[in-house]
Amino acid sequence: MAHIPVPEGQPGIRGLMSFRPETALPLNQLVEVLLQGPSALTKGERELIATYVSSLNRCKYCSSIHGAIAKAHLRDGDVVARVKADPETAPISAKLKALLRIAEKVQMGGRNVSDEDVAAARAEGASDVEIHDAVLIAAAFCMFNRYVDGLATWAPDDPELYDQMGAHRAETGYLTAGKPLAPK
Amino acid sequence: MAYIDGVPASLPGITGLLEYRRDTGDPIRDLTQILLRGESTLTQGERELIATVVSHRNGCRFCATAHTAAADLLLGESTSAEAVKCDPATAPVSGKLRALLVIAAKVQENGRRVTDADAARARAEGATDREIHDTVLIAALFCLYNRYVDGLGAVTPTDPAFYRGLAERIVHRGYLRPPGGFAAGRPTTPAKE
Repeated sequence: MAHIPVPEGQPGIRGLMSFRPETALPLNQLVEVLLQGPSALTKGERELIATYVSSLNRCKYCSSIHGAIAKAHLRDGDVVARVKADPETAPISAKLKALLRIAEKVQMGGRNVSDEDVAAARAEGASDVEIHDAVLIAAAFCMFNRYVDGLATWAPDDPELYDQMGAHRAETGYLTAGKPLAPK
Repeated sequence: MAYIDGVPASLPGITGLLEYRRDTGDPIRDLTQILLRGESTLTQGERELIATVVSHRNGCRFCATAHTAAADLLLGESTSAEAVKCDPATAPVSGKLRALLVIAAKVQENGRRVTDADAARARAEGATDREIHDTVLIAALFCLYNRYVDGLGAVTPTDPAFYRGLAERIVHRGYLRPPGGFAAGRPTTPAKE
């Protein structure tokens, strides 16, 4: 049971966005720009950062749904599972590994990020904007995860449900809040 | 020096980052304005205390100092901010705010730490669903801000006068970007509007 009354059947952040639509708007605008907007990082790569941070925060709803969105973008569920398990041995670029190392430090606390971490990402070809975005995506998911878990929202168990919701979200983006994603 | 190039050197802390990417900065500003300055049964001073507690516990010097200064200005005293940073559970604030600050401090660690009993205690002290919701989201938002500021090594001024100026701006003008941006070299001064 969530700590506040949210509409039945709306999992995770969706129920919270129905509870307070006024704050839902900027939350969705932020995540749309960061994860779906124009970027040198692919949508799949950005969703992997969101998934990895959510997994480190042990937020079941966010890590499941963003893992499913990443899987839809990348057309590859194996890489998502391997990034969650250990980015260092996952089949991803050296640049993304360096950005995930920064994201992991941000998850623990921003002061953990060092000049060396940033230099390492740059040496793998990351631009200033990519480093900025990796930090802000990681920071944003430290917010989203706490919002979702701090109010004890419902996280479904069924992986197929996440796959359905994830495929839909990957296609429509984040600005369709308020239109509930009814499972088929 | 921030870790990335292109952050305006004249705008320390979060302000330079929000200017660096306006398309992400603007929704963050909008969210903050709604939560900390919008219509609410929590006073603006109470909401600044939530921001202060979380920023302090995340060890973010820029945010903790700035929001302490804003809380002090709004409350007209500095005892409350000092006390809640020391221990939210025993601070001499209302029972309701104490219960909400305990929730905020747990959110700072991880959302999963907040229990049914924490929510029930806040409710027993008179907190509404909206107040519990906003407390959790303010605490979560400052977990974003603190990581954003420190994760990119944003410049953190040491002069207390800087934070008094910043507090004047966020108390009297709020969190939205000044319509004309910021005066060059004057981080706490909006450009001519």
